[in-house]
Amino acid sequence: MPIVRADLSLCQGYANCVAAADDTFDIDDDGLVALLRANFPESDRARIETAARACPVSALSVGDE
Amino acid sequence: MTPATVIVGASVGGVRTAQALRSAGYEGEITLVGGEDVLPYDRPPLSKGLLAGTATAESVTLLTEEDARDLGVRLVLGRAARRLDTGGGFVELEDGERLRYDDVVIATGSRAQPSPWGDPPGVHYVRTLDDATALRKELRRGGPLVIIGAGFIGAEVAATARQLGVAEVTLVDSAPVPMSRAIDPATAARLGEMHRQHGVAARFGIQIAAIEQVTGGLAVRLADGAVLLAATVVVGIGAIPNDEWLASSGLATGGGLRCDERCRAYGAPRVHGVGDIARWHHAGHGTLVRAEHWTNAVEQAAYVAADISHPGEQGPYQPVEYVWTDQYETKIQITGQTGAGLSQVTVERPESPRSFAVLYAARTGKLAGAVTVSWPQAAIAARRAITAGRPMEEVHAVITSPRRARQATA
Repeated sequence: MPIVRADLSLCQGYANCVAAADDTFDIDDDGLVALLRANFPESDRARIETAARACPVSALSVGDE
Repeated sequence: MTPATVIVGASVGGVRTAQALRSAGYEGEITLVGGEDVLPYDRPPLSKGLLAGTATAESVTLLTEEDARDLGVRLVLGRAARRLDTGGGFVELEDGERLRYDDVVIATGSRAQPSPWGDPPGVHYVRTLDDATALRKELRRGGPLVIIGAGFIGAEVAATARQLGVAEVTLVDSAPVPMSRAIDPATAARLGEMHRQHGVAARFGIQIAAIEQVTGGLAVRLADGAVLLAATVVVGIGAIPNDEWLASSGLATGGGLRCDERCRAYGAPRVHGVGDIARWHHAGHGTLVRAEHWTNAVEQAAYVAADISHPGEQGPYQPVEYVWTDQYETKIQITGQTGAGLSQVTVERPESPRSFAVLYAARTGKLAGAVTVSWPQAAIAARRAITAGRPMEEVHAVITSPRRARQATA
């Protein structure tokens, strides 16, 4: 199943991921990314990959587990 | 024949288009052409981390040879495109090689506006990796540094130079406030103070008369007669779209490639514009617009890739504008429309003295745009509210509510 991971040491709160996929990403009280879910269905892969590539600091990666 | 897409321009717009094509299931050939003889790299760090030394040429690389192989993308670097023949369906490179296409993506970006005062040794731009590397060397020698243009690039270079310990930094702009093209005057003035607080001499509202070579360096002569001595001068006064190579194509250019609401060139629907080069019809604004921002390049790349792989399935490309700039320890995020003719309210962030947001409303009362300073939660709340067409008052209440129920804007 596809999984998205966030590197909080890189995140700077640009929130492009939230703009692209707000069912998966949010910004928490510290201004950093919060994953609303890590695993997502295969049918969402293109959209979540797009959201990950919209991160200006490459804090998000999509893989499989 | 296998379908083929040629992407001309290997900065973030071109690279993201190639990646998004594969994500969208495109199985044709993809060729990515870059004029610079260096792996595709990301530009936002050039005026920040790369100058500061916290980023390297390697860390800003967007696509390695291995990445390209994995994606099935042919990478053509160091050979710029010189001609587009839409009738023949090919792109001609400067060495004469012709690349056949079914779809072609024009993503040749923009270049730094040259200094109208000349650029003798010691005058720098910040547009390419080479530019940033050369400027970093100079900044490490100390100063004094004079920056002409207090837009995003100039303001970021000023902040980075101070962070590097350059003692004398002067930021000059003919406008009375910094970032005047992006931010309303009152807010911009408040942000201008930030430079002064960090020891930058700000000379706003004054024209440059000349840049002259003098013994031991450069002299920047201002219109009021003042002379600023400099070891290094950075000129950051805007960018020019790289559309000249399209002159013989018959496509409408001038200030970028003219495209319709689907980012397809007028009269040539298999020619697509992405990034700084694209001047497309923004259906939401009802006018041709061009954006020189990273997020637009990335969003437009995804849009165009989907349009190539699944033509006609999307509505018009009408993004909510978004740009950020990092200066000192401050993150400024700008979204939507923030210009003149809108009503605005400044909201101080509760219990956080250096953070605030400026919200802009259209006549309808709907949120049109926002500038936020070190307040990412307000920035994303505003972005979502603009997309959803929500009233400014509602966003105001949400971002200042003690529980700040973000769900309310979801």
